[in-house]
Amino acid sequence: MSVRMKKAWQELTAANVAALGGELGIYQIADEKEHVLRIGFAGGRSLFGLRGELLKALEEYRGGRTLFRVEINCQYMSRYEELLMVHMADYGSLPAGNASEGNRKIGRLSIG
Amino acid sequence: MDFAITDEQRLIVEQVRRFVREEVAPLEDKLDPDESRLGASDYARLVSKVKDMGLHGLGVPPEYGGPDIDTVTMTLIAIEISQHRAGLYSPCYGSFGGAGLAHLYEASEDLKKRYLYPTLNGEKHGFFGLTEPSGGSDPARAIQTRAVKDGDDWVINGAKIFISGADKAEYGIVFARTDAGKGRNGITCFIVDTDTPGFHVRRVVHTLRSAYYATELQFENMRVPSANVLGEVNRGFAIANDRLSRQRIPYAASCIGIAIKAQEMCIEYAKLRETFGAPLATRQAVQWMVVDNEIDIRTARWATLDAACKADRGEPFRTEAAMAKLLSTEGASRVVDRAIQIHGGYGVTKDLPLERWYREMRIRRIGEGPSEVQRLVMARDLFGASL
Repeated sequence: MSVRMKKAWQELTAANVAALGGELGIYQIADEKEHVLRIGFAGGRSLFGLRGELLKALEEYRGGRTLFRVEINCQYMSRYEELLMVHMADYGSLPAGNASEGNRKIGRLSIG
Repeated sequence: MDFAITDEQRLIVEQVRRFVREEVAPLEDKLDPDESRLGASDYARLVSKVKDMGLHGLGVPPEYGGPDIDTVTMTLIAIEISQHRAGLYSPCYGSFGGAGLAHLYEASEDLKKRYLYPTLNGEKHGFFGLTEPSGGSDPARAIQTRAVKDGDDWVINGAKIFISGADKAEYGIVFARTDAGKGRNGITCFIVDTDTPGFHVRRVVHTLRSAYYATELQFENMRVPSANVLGEVNRGFAIANDRLSRQRIPYAASCIGIAIKAQEMCIEYAKLRETFGAPLATRQAVQWMVVDNEIDIRTARWATLDAACKADRGEPFRTEAAMAKLLSTEGASRVVDRAIQIHGGYGVTKDLPLERWYREMRIRRIGEGPSEVQRLVMARDLFGASL
């Protein structure tokens, strides 16, 4: 598994979200220029897993063209943390949608 | 031999048990089933209550502000504080504080000022860097990370793996080979600042334990001042070995706590759940599983308290600690496995903590020395110098 998420982006539409399964995993939301707006996960308390989380995102990001991609992963918490660390290493800050995580210390990665 | 606990110990155990059940476990109803952290306000509230109980800083020597309690009492507490969903790797979400890196108590005053006291104040966090990609069970031979003296500094090159907390730590204890020809007598222990050029956290190592991950580290021409040698040059292995023995007692205790909680769930569920017109508790197959659980729990508990008693008496306890680690990790694994069997389909869902314990307990049979190494440690003591 690559440290970075490399799945292809899809448009955040009702049809694309409906096609998702209910698995555990992580996801990214991005603007149309593929700048990550939020990193999230579908965990053990997510109703309908990734599909449920992306349905919520669909409501939240109405208007404008928004993208998403998912990764099915039972280790969703450590993978989520890793993606936050990768974003910090790349941009020096968290995505806007993860601002609330800024209250705690995010680990650092040296990405070559 | 009398394993009856004193009145004072009983009071402490009851107090801690109430704290876990009334203050900690209810918080988990709203957390993700794999979560290992609390929000800042909940954490602060728990720490405040633990301080009120006079138990904050478990394992910290009294002269450094820790509670004045012996190893047996600490073991009894460790058995209690793991009895919740996240309890195996995050007992009470860290609200009891902890000893940090015990080796620092033996450090020079300069190192204590720079690392120990800030750690005890919560200003700094450290990691323990022993295991390498070449192996962790036999550090005397497996350590390939090299440190070469250059003026007043040491230059370290190499890699470490399965290191917890290194990505967030301000410093770490790193073992490196300083004399290639001397085996275990050629290893030195260094304290390394994680902002040192050449210190890299290369990746998160994803394991069965989702929330509490490990990391892989790389050191590239990392310069560490000679003042940061912990102990003596070429005498680092003794530091690593001492830690491994001592750590086995609380490691065993937390597994016992999980097993006790799983057993409690088994008994409760077996009384309620009916199959073919009668509760599971009336079925011999289930009764025997519950009895086997109890045998595993009591065996591990006795062995662990025996090791703790010997440690308190100042007697050698290496064999006892190894036996406690072996019995508790393997026994608790069996208990959790049987608990899942008794709970049927619900046992493997994230609705119950059993599936998390099942995954995490599997790691316990490897971490801090796998079962085979514990047997090796005991065999060495039994056969003495002949091995």
